[in-house]
Amino acid sequence: MAHFTKATSIHDWFNQRLGIDTVNRVLATEYWIPKNINFLWAMGMILAVTFGLLLVSGIFLLMYYQPNIHTAFDSVNYTIMQQVDFGWLWRHIHAVSASVIFLIIYIHMFTGIYYGSYKNGREMIWISGMLLFVAFSAEAFSGYMLPWGQMSYWAGMVITNLFSLGGLHLNGLVEWIRGDYIPSQAFLDRFFMLHVLLIPLIIIALIGLHFGALRIPHVNNQDGEEIDFDVESKKYLAGDKANSKVIRFMNDFLSKDMAVVAIYLVFLFYLVFWNFGFAMDPINFDPANGLQTPRDIYPEWYFLWSYEMLRPFSTNFGLMTFAFAQGIMFLLPFLDRSKNAVAASRRGWFQVWFWLLLVDMIALSAMGKMPPSGIWYDIGFTAASLFIALWVALPIITIFEKKA
Amino acid sequence: MKNSSRRGFMGKAFGAVAAVGAVGSLYAMKKSWDPLPSVKAAGFTTIDLSDYKIANKMYVEGWRGKPIFVMKFTPEMIKKMEASDNKYKKNDIARNIVVDGEHFMVCIGLCTHLGCIPAYRPDKENFLCACHGGMYDFAGMVTKSPPPRGFDIPPFKVVGKTLVLGEEGPEYKKMLATGVTL
Repeated sequence: MAHFTKATSIHDWFNQRLGIDTVNRVLATEYWIPKNINFLWAMGMILAVTFGLLLVSGIFLLMYYQPNIHTAFDSVNYTIMQQVDFGWLWRHIHAVSASVIFLIIYIHMFTGIYYGSYKNGREMIWISGMLLFVAFSAEAFSGYMLPWGQMSYWAGMVITNLFSLGGLHLNGLVEWIRGDYIPSQAFLDRFFMLHVLLIPLIIIALIGLHFGALRIPHVNNQDGEEIDFDVESKKYLAGDKANSKVIRFMNDFLSKDMAVVAIYLVFLFYLVFWNFGFAMDPINFDPANGLQTPRDIYPEWYFLWSYEMLRPFSTNFGLMTFAFAQGIMFLLPFLDRSKNAVAASRRGWFQVWFWLLLVDMIALSAMGKMPPSGIWYDIGFTAASLFIALWVALPIITIFEKKA
Repeated sequence: MKNSSRRGFMGKAFGAVAAVGAVGSLYAMKKSWDPLPSVKAAGFTTIDLSDYKIANKMYVEGWRGKPIFVMKFTPEMIKKMEASDNKYKKNDIARNIVVDGEHFMVCIGLCTHLGCIPAYRPDKENFLCACHGGMYDFAGMVTKSPPPRGFDIPPFKVVGKTLVLGEEGPEYKKMLATGVTL
């Protein structure tokens, strides 16, 4: 048994038993962050805080929500919204955060792409991040089912139908996923389980992996400089803070991080209190009706680009382009053949590629909401084709890239 | 060495027990997600075709929670289906359910693309799906993609003037065999 002495303070009592000083040093005070970064490096903390808000608001919603096809709609729209004190607050926080978290995820991803923060040892950061994107997408979809309005029902119908895999006609698989021939009680119950337990558990585990993946390569910096963290941290600890290229995670970096978080939270709660409408589709305020398809079915804005990858093509080919769009981004670290982990502005053709990809995904998102005919169809078809072409072109343009 | 080989054996023994347990629990988990017996038992519906008196009017019934389109064809419609310049002729006419010389369309009213419910337009005699712009002629054959095929026809059995949906009769089996429906 280890040797214990009479504690000199409460801190010492815990420290002898849990090693809290060591934990604090390893996780916070001697976790080193480069100095040459900008506000885009705060997106990770913003995401963590937003996830926390979703968790807390979700816990309060969970106390009154009823996963039953006859009572679910009223438990949300009547009980939570009108009976429960501040029930509206939790619902609006939950709906707005669920939408805004995707905006931040996209900014976080495009920051990583722009600065090349997915290669030279940072591959697992990118891959675990993409897994988180998939898990958050599943979380958003399963949560969208729960109010059991018209959009819940028909999104559930359309998305689960994808699993028949077009020409393969796997209707048995679709019925297995639903637990019925159509979305019904079994369907609502299992998506409720996925939304409040299984997927959140997976997300929390993946966040752990994502943070862990960051530990050895450290975060990138905006100049793509390869920093020797051992040397620089020794300089810092020796007192030469001015010449050291790194700062502590806590409190140095965190103080700036939380300042960005504070600005973000003002924006978020402005939306929660005064502009929550964008996160609540009006069609979903009609209760689910299996015998009437709403006139327009479209997903939430953050799925529109991948939805538009499906739409302009025939069923089977559309499914293939859709699957391509979901899978190809995982391979980014391996499709980018250049060693340059610097800002895209210093990478020649890659800079063109980056902005084309961003504009193309915005165009796809815009077209996903338009009726699929006429000029909108043509633009959607072009944007979807360009998306595929860009990813095919990436290895070719990066293999000829000069060292930056 | 003796110890490590003993440990190796224990490891393998545990692996064997765990593998059996894993296969068993995966099987149980798969079965727990299956539709319940009550859901499957409720999967039969009987409709009486003599109820649909007005031709070129779409009736919507329910079967397994899905909408079923039932429509009686007018003599003009049948002529159009038989006309030589109808490129869907072969499929159109083969899709009809004929009882007492009357032609009916009976099909699952879900777009074969992603399962939205298309709307019937009696004046234009066609179906339009609002979700992705797919179109079908009045007999339910697809005329504009993305839907890959015409409306699916539910399993049916003709009993006098009624249809039992969910049961496979000889007429339905023939449609399956000739690829008229899936």
